[in-house]
Amino acid sequence: MKGILIFGELKDGQVTSVTLELIATGKKLSRTLDQPLELVLIGENLEKAAERIANFGVDRVLKVQGQAHAELHPERLVSILNQVCEKTDPKIILFGQTDMGRDVAPRLAAKLEASVCADCVYLAYNQEKKELIQAKPVYGGNALAQWNTADDRPHVVTMRPRSEKPAEPEPSKKGNIQSIPIEIDEGQIRSQLRETVHERDKGINLDEAKIIVAGGGGVGGSEGFGLIQELADALGAAVGTTRVPSDENWMPKSLEIGQTGHMVSPNLYIAVGISGAPQHLAGCSNSKTIVAINKDPEAPIFDMADFGIVGDYREVLPALIEKLKRLRE
Amino acid sequence: MNIIVCVKQIQDPEIPAIKFRLDAEGKKVVPPEGIPPVINPYDEQAVELAIRIKEQHGGQITILAIGDDSTSSVVKHALAMGADKGILLKDPAFEGSDSFGTAYILSRAIQKIEEFDLVLCGRQAADWDEGLVGSILAENLGLPLITLVESVDLIEGRWHVKRVILDGYQVFAVPPPAVLTVSHELGPPRLPSGWGIITASKKEIPVWNAKFVEADTTQTGADASWKKLDSLSIPQRKRKCEKIEGEKPETAASLLAEKLRRAGVL
Repeated sequence: MKGILIFGELKDGQVTSVTLELIATGKKLSRTLDQPLELVLIGENLEKAAERIANFGVDRVLKVQGQAHAELHPERLVSILNQVCEKTDPKIILFGQTDMGRDVAPRLAAKLEASVCADCVYLAYNQEKKELIQAKPVYGGNALAQWNTADDRPHVVTMRPRSEKPAEPEPSKKGNIQSIPIEIDEGQIRSQLRETVHERDKGINLDEAKIIVAGGGGVGGSEGFGLIQELADALGAAVGTTRVPSDENWMPKSLEIGQTGHMVSPNLYIAVGISGAPQHLAGCSNSKTIVAINKDPEAPIFDMADFGIVGDYREVLPALIEKLKRLRE
Repeated sequence: MNIIVCVKQIQDPEIPAIKFRLDAEGKKVVPPEGIPPVINPYDEQAVELAIRIKEQHGGQITILAIGDDSTSSVVKHALAMGADKGILLKDPAFEGSDSFGTAYILSRAIQKIEEFDLVLCGRQAADWDEGLVGSILAENLGLPLITLVESVDLIEGRWHVKRVILDGYQVFAVPPPAVLTVSHELGPPRLPSGWGIITASKKEIPVWNAKFVEADTTQTGADASWKKLDSLSIPQRKRKCEKIEGEKPETAASLLAEKLRRAGVL
């Protein structure tokens, strides 16, 4: 058992932000342990992404190329990663808590008889005690648990997106790039992926947005989101929601921010009609500046906000939109 | 269709944050007074999915829960919703099991149940929020797994399963038996009917212990856990909120825009 292996993810051929965050975490572990940092990329046309990642201070980038491997297919990925781990025998395997990571990590851990900690926000290695320290929010974010795990087995960890700053390039230290051929026994893959549908919403991608205007249950219905959208347009912002608008089908589920949705950290987060349940705050508490607009002065969201207006959003938002338009001119 | 649903009893996750108390020394959550524990909401949705499948295809639904006698209340809840049979997995050796231990106990119990077409779990328990048990259980049973399930269809003998992803969905086809973990996108679970509550209250809930399910108790309980809980704390992440007031909403909104511009975030 040696080294740290990161499961790298691409989206439309681009290295995802979560992957860069994992590299940052991996580099810290690699320094403490004085062991190599490796990253595995699975899919097709990986050359460009591998070149890019090799510039971020990773010792080795492993490419597992194949057309079929490009599918977002957890069972297939488990099988590939199991083989990669047999070849490289890593001590710590890092995933993002993503669509694939959260599914693949526990299965791989079970196969490897590795310990597993999901949705961590902090990860470190205690060299003296030879223990891995893992912290994660529990009880919907009401509490934070920290575990220590002894070193007699591999560790699988998934990291919550946005819990670490993305790694910076280190062009002076270029990593190796290597292909590893992996053969999959197709007979062993029992689930067949029939389709993957990305319901891209119009407008700005939540995960990349610098400004987000989010609406919660207090918005009261889908009509209210017209005003939210108008404010977002005035700011060049993305629109997000909490669980209520998503469950009630006021807005597409793909816009949900929080424990069961997107994890975001924009420069400015405007929370409209959001009470501030821990499960939602989990997804936005790393935002640089938070503004809360809510009728209820006792709403917990005000404890998490930098600026707050107690008032009816139907009255506040039109005035805010008007003012912003004037400022822009 | 014979369906097994694994459910967990947890502290009500809907309690307001101010009522949330910890015993930091004991590394435990203090149950809030007067608020009874509930069935994990995601597991309740797994029960709902089982009932929807049964309504279409017939069959029997068996509920499995690990815990003590008080846990039978969540089993009864599932029975009142429309499940047929409940089994309580109870043994001192099971107490404090982590996800691996829990999945192991469940897999031993499931091996006692001869014929089944599906095993359903919630996507995660709303207390420790790990989302590991269903996946490890599938590995233990050697069965195919689809996580984060929104809906299920039976087409030509295979389950066609819709899996939720962050910006859309996937559809997988799997042969039975399979393990599915159910996500909240399934929609709200039904309320137990009056008749359901009456029939459920009359049902016996057999108790299976470690010996009965032939579980190796070195793999269960707190001691078997590789991860050792070091601390449990309430995160302090308050910000100092500047409340912006104005005679009219317009004035406050206008002030806010000015402040945001000065803060350089626009």
